[in-house]
Amino acid sequence: MAGGTGNGVQLASAPNGIATHEKIIDVKGVTVSFDGFKALNDLNFSMRHGELRFVIGPNGAGKTTLLDVMTGKTRPQTGTVTFNDDLNVLRAAEHELVRQGIGRKFQNPTVFSPLTVYENLEAAAGFHDGVFHLFSKLADPLHQKIDDILKLIGLWERAYVRAGILSHGEKQWLEIGMLLMQEPKLLLLDEPVAGMTRQERNRTGELLREISKRCSVIVVEHDMEFVRNYAGIVSVLHLGSLLTEGPVEQVQNDPQVIEVYIGRSRSPA
Amino acid sequence: MNKRGINYYVLLILGWVPFLLLLGLLLMAPQFLSDFRLSQLGKFLTYAIIAIGLDLIWGYGGMMSLGQGLFFGLGAYGFAMYLKLQSSGGKLPDFMFWSGLETLPWFWAPFQNPIFAVLASLAIPALIAAVLGYLVFRSRVQGVYFSIITQALTLLVSIWFIGQQAYTGGTNGITNLGSAQLFGISLLAPEAQLGFYFASVICLALVYLLATGMINSRFGRMLVALRDNEARVRFLGYNPVVLKTLIFVTSAVFAALAGILFVPQVGIISPSSMGVVPSIEMVIWVAIGGRGTLLGAIVGALVVSYARSFLSETYPDIWQYFFGLLFIISVLFFKSGIVGTLQTGFNRLRVMLSGEPLEMSEHGLSYYRTADLEPIAKSTPSTHDAHLLDKARSAAEGGS
Amino acid sequence: MNTLILQAFNGLSLGSILLLVSVGLALAFGLMGVINMAHGEFIMIGAYVAYLFQQTFATMLGGVELGIWFVLAIPAAFIIAALLGALMEVSLIRHLYGRPLDTLLATWGVGLFLQQAARSIFGASNVNVSSPAWLSGGVDTGLGFLLPYKRLFLIALVTIVVIAIYLYLYRTINGRRLRAVMQNRQMASCLGVRSRWVDASTFALGTGLAGVAGVALTQIGSIGPAVGTFYIVDAFMVVVLGGVGRLPGTILAALLIGITNTFLEMGTSATVGKVLVLLMIIAFLQWKPSGLATLQTR
Repeated sequence: MAGGTGNGVQLASAPNGIATHEKIIDVKGVTVSFDGFKALNDLNFSMRHGELRFVIGPNGAGKTTLLDVMTGKTRPQTGTVTFNDDLNVLRAAEHELVRQGIGRKFQNPTVFSPLTVYENLEAAAGFHDGVFHLFSKLADPLHQKIDDILKLIGLWERAYVRAGILSHGEKQWLEIGMLLMQEPKLLLLDEPVAGMTRQERNRTGELLREISKRCSVIVVEHDMEFVRNYAGIVSVLHLGSLLTEGPVEQVQNDPQVIEVYIGRSRSPA
Repeated sequence: MNKRGINYYVLLILGWVPFLLLLGLLLMAPQFLSDFRLSQLGKFLTYAIIAIGLDLIWGYGGMMSLGQGLFFGLGAYGFAMYLKLQSSGGKLPDFMFWSGLETLPWFWAPFQNPIFAVLASLAIPALIAAVLGYLVFRSRVQGVYFSIITQALTLLVSIWFIGQQAYTGGTNGITNLGSAQLFGISLLAPEAQLGFYFASVICLALVYLLATGMINSRFGRMLVALRDNEARVRFLGYNPVVLKTLIFVTSAVFAALAGILFVPQVGIISPSSMGVVPSIEMVIWVAIGGRGTLLGAIVGALVVSYARSFLSETYPDIWQYFFGLLFIISVLFFKSGIVGTLQTGFNRLRVMLSGEPLEMSEHGLSYYRTADLEPIAKSTPSTHDAHLLDKARSAAEGGS
Repeated sequence: MNTLILQAFNGLSLGSILLLVSVGLALAFGLMGVINMAHGEFIMIGAYVAYLFQQTFATMLGGVELGIWFVLAIPAAFIIAALLGALMEVSLIRHLYGRPLDTLLATWGVGLFLQQAARSIFGASNVNVSSPAWLSGGVDTGLGFLLPYKRLFLIALVTIVVIAIYLYLYRTINGRRLRAVMQNRQMASCLGVRSRWVDASTFALGTGLAGVAGVALTQIGSIGPAVGTFYIVDAFMVVVLGGVGRLPGTILAALLIGITNTFLEMGTSATVGKVLVLLMIIAFLQWKPSGLATLQTR
């Protein structure tokens, strides 16, 4: 897979040199309640710039709700959410958060099937322009950016192929590419490898590692093998709260985590 | 970067051939058509202009407007008002006199100026389309609702025009334009009619070029994206309402332009040309010619108009049966229309002859030969076909 | 004050006509998302059935004045229109599933065809259908005007129809199946409901109701091949305003449009009244895009 050199795609938060102890996102005491059911229960979650964080947990743990809160799709009843140490997420509208640099990828790929891969990225390129700019040609630096992202996501050879006939994995990468075009500071990925073949999963893992050099990434995942192979720090959610957090090996062997996933503690054979 | 095969450039040029051929034929038509047939062709060319606008909003934008007749009619009435004042020689137009009016209504007066008349004929439909489009698209109504609302509007306005006998000529519309003089030449003079014919040809060419330019730009691609997934486009930061309204206004302006060219060649405009029935026929032009192909709009308008004219002349009592059947059959069996079917057939032929799989973009001329692209890494079986090919290959080789 | 009452009655009457004309359309639209552009022609068919019954059966059944032919014409029109509708659904609409705009075009073609057929069979000019004796005249309100029996009959007829639909939808098995498919087609299919059959029967029900409307309309004015086109756009407006396939919404929309139209007509002309109503509908859609009956979803 064409590894990016990092040139050409200047993303807003270059991790090296900038104080890496600054938090890109800080969730404090957030509770989200749907008619009495607590999807998130006094949750604390934070992440530093440039991290690649995995969030796991059984069904109903609140992972998707956490992403919803971060993107402004759901407003919590209590708590605060701060982005990049200065933006109060709860006060901003959804599209405002997108402009500020929070990008989210949903589970199902939503690329434009009738357009080619190149045209999909091109569509994502004029993010800050108005409609009337669509009548002019794309500026050269943006062409360069598209090229770089094509190489990064590994679709360079497939640039002129209609997105509709791409494989499931390729569509996911294309969509990640489209999000990258918008230069997010924080990228939220909801189960990015669901439905992928093993080779596609490996490529995605590599892609995530590359992306995390340019921006902060949160990955919600179920696939344990993928988590094992590519995760650094893992946050485990359970019933709307943070159960535990730490390196993947440590979390894997944590008896609490095992119990929550399997339903009983491992008794020594 | 990926190389575009020679196929791309060949096809690019070939794509223009049908249009240029048509243009050439149209320019030479006065040589071998009678006056009657020529003015009929001129009329049909204005229909083609309407059809291009409709193809933009329906074929590409996915929104079926059943109200293009309204914009066409308003454009036609605007210019007809100018011609009527001209032909009345400074006196009160006859139908006003018969309706008991004594002076020219205030809103008629500015139409004595030809420039105002043309501008107003274009601007008023554009304005209506802009406001209507903005309001309707903003409320995120779905396709069928939009169609119904446009139909209702065109019906109501045409009924209103029928009722306002004194101001619009009522059911008869604006007629008796024969004695109008334009730049010293009588409207009915052969030179004038020829002039309007060529004006129609030129306008058709310009409209076609403009539409092609729009479709092949990023705007056109965004329009395709919009039809595919509107929510995703919004998520990209573009306001779908502005996009849709823009294309709607464009289609309205084209229809109004067609109206302006229609009146001097046909000599009359009445509410029956701008109501529900003509509006639906316009949609049929595009449906039969081939939606989403622009050229299909022109072809459809010409073919259906000639067919209708032939059928109603030959079978005056039962031609409606044919017409109704035409609607049904074209929708059921010829969804891609004449040009669309030709395009598909042409592509299949080309693939058969060249023997290579072809991956092409659905719009525009983005054809690329896969042989010109770098080979895909073996570790990722990408396309379903490649996967099957591998399986077939290993099976053929006596593999497991 | 008297004018007010009279106009209110007229509004109610117009609203009931609109409801009768559009309820069939709303059912089909709510279930299948298709707009039947030939709906007006089914109204026409119903009207001509009444005409035929008068021409052929009236003398046999005690004469025109007695009106037995008229009463029988109502179910007859329903059945004939329903059968034709079922035929149309099976042969045409079914093949255009998922293509609502194309269905619009194709059904318009059917409408053209039917109109031409009517013209060939009955002639292009309008015909008058007589009224039974018990529909002539009206109730003297003592306020200086009459409430015509014809209009009262219409209101009564519409009320009966609405109650019948309600009973069908909520008290019969088929009605339940209809509601199930309307809410979630795939799920209903999984549970064993033959959604195709529901489609055909609902479409037929819709056209059958149009036929009944046609019979009723013969009492209001003369009828001809184009009688359907007169009411079709109004029916569309009711559907647009009433929202997707909910009976209360359609009822409310029809009455609202009927009353508003009548009152606006007072101050201006009939057409201007209609244009204003259309503008008001567009304005209303800004606020509530899904119409009067918003389905509550999470």
